[in-house]
Amino acid sequence: MKRLLQGVLAALVMMPGSAALAQSQYIIVASTTSTEQSGLFGHILPAFEKDTGIAVRVVAVGTGQALDIGRRGDADVVFVHDRAAEQKFIAEGAGVRRYPVMYNDFVLIGPSPDPAHVSGGRDIAAAFRAIASAQAPFVSRADRSGTHAAELRLWKDAGIDIAAVKGPWYRETGSGMGPALNTASGLNAYILSDRGTWLNFHNRGELRIVVEGDRRLFNQYGVMLVNPDRHPNVKKDLGQRFIDWVVSPRGQQAIADYRIGGEQLFFPNAGSDS
Amino acid sequence: METFSQSFATAFAMLVTHDPRLFRIVGLSVAVSLASTAASALIGLPLGAAVAVARFRGRSVLVVAMNAAMGLPPVVAGLVVYLVLSRSGPLGPLGLLFTPPAMVIAQTLLIAPIIAALTRQVIEDAWSEYRDQLESLGSSLAQSTMTLLWDTRYALATVLLSGFGRASAEVGSIIIVGGNIDGVTRVMTTAIALETSKGDLALALGLGVVLLTLVTAVNVGVHALREWARVRHG
Repeated sequence: MKRLLQGVLAALVMMPGSAALAQSQYIIVASTTSTEQSGLFGHILPAFEKDTGIAVRVVAVGTGQALDIGRRGDADVVFVHDRAAEQKFIAEGAGVRRYPVMYNDFVLIGPSPDPAHVSGGRDIAAAFRAIASAQAPFVSRADRSGTHAAELRLWKDAGIDIAAVKGPWYRETGSGMGPALNTASGLNAYILSDRGTWLNFHNRGELRIVVEGDRRLFNQYGVMLVNPDRHPNVKKDLGQRFIDWVVSPRGQQAIADYRIGGEQLFFPNAGSDS
Repeated sequence: METFSQSFATAFAMLVTHDPRLFRIVGLSVAVSLASTAASALIGLPLGAAVAVARFRGRSVLVVAMNAAMGLPPVVAGLVVYLVLSRSGPLGPLGLLFTPPAMVIAQTLLIAPIIAALTRQVIEDAWSEYRDQLESLGSSLAQSTMTLLWDTRYALATVLLSGFGRASAEVGSIIIVGGNIDGVTRVMTTAIALETSKGDLALALGLGVVLLTLVTAVNVGVHALREWARVRHG
């Protein structure tokens, strides 16, 4: 009880100060749920904070929303995974420059009974076609996230006009990766997930990976500084130091070191042209 | 069922091991809820009391508006405060977005109408009962209002508790304006939402048990205080 009271008092005392501390050493990074919920940030940020003394405050939302937060100037750095949307962000002047950081891959998750008979395949387009023709339950993020954008690309690659053929089997949840996985688990539905979130997800029920390893499932992450010319409040130097660290050998090694159950989640590739 | 039993075990373990991260989250939860309830009381009590005793044109419109505002969806309140506090919004230069004060502002927007509307009802009932008496004593409208606020303090304590309950249970607005930043703006409800996202349902429910315990403790405390005061003052 005493500890609790101390906690409350500390929070009350710090509350008015937290706005005044805006000048102190921290940056706001708008990022995706996959980097936060996979546990990656929990692993690499302490190392960055130790190296530089800069605290990182992560706001984890979908890629579309993270880019919007950056556009409004409410974050210093955006760290997302939708190359086309990132290039648009740079082109419209909202961000300074895009740095490729790392990649992992998407996996198709499905129920053990496998009503669309796609398990074990490596051709994601064929699997999507099989799901559509079987009208097997499929959960879509439908939230303008990076994963949603990838899913829409894959339907296109499969030659399916999803907007035209979608029926009750295609459930658009408009939610983050985790909640959408919870829905898929409850419905025993197929769903596209990034591998990191899947590995860190507990409520699997009968779900498992059914298709993986297709080159089209490549998932590239990029990091960008929000344009300080447009938003003078952007902490240009601190934000750039974060970006420099993430793409430095030390930051790249920290990313490579993050594992769940021995499995590496993200593969650093800074300096590539991805 | 396994998840339920597991969540109670998790909740118990978190409480007895004094997990410092949990205490920080709980501490911020209580601090934000208390601050928004206090701010809402400062706005809602006088406003509700004034509307109860005063007679002016458009009063019934105001009463209906106050009652309707109790139904303001938290996500909408959050969105409005987000747009106002955003760097691209009118109060952007204050840099309050993604800080605890932003959460207090959003929750005050939600709770002040509840306290104002309920206070209005409580005071209006008391006013119709004691009006003649108060007027015969020659007290002014302001004095009468103060008297009524004091006389109905037990009912108003319940009003404040319902405000506090709403604040501590609320997630829709604070996750938008706070951003659920670990160690900065993460509170019980946003932590529960996050663990649910991760599919760790036992931990999420365990946090829920802790939150419920806390809200119950606050209610027991206020109840005890009220009983003590009642016995003492008759």
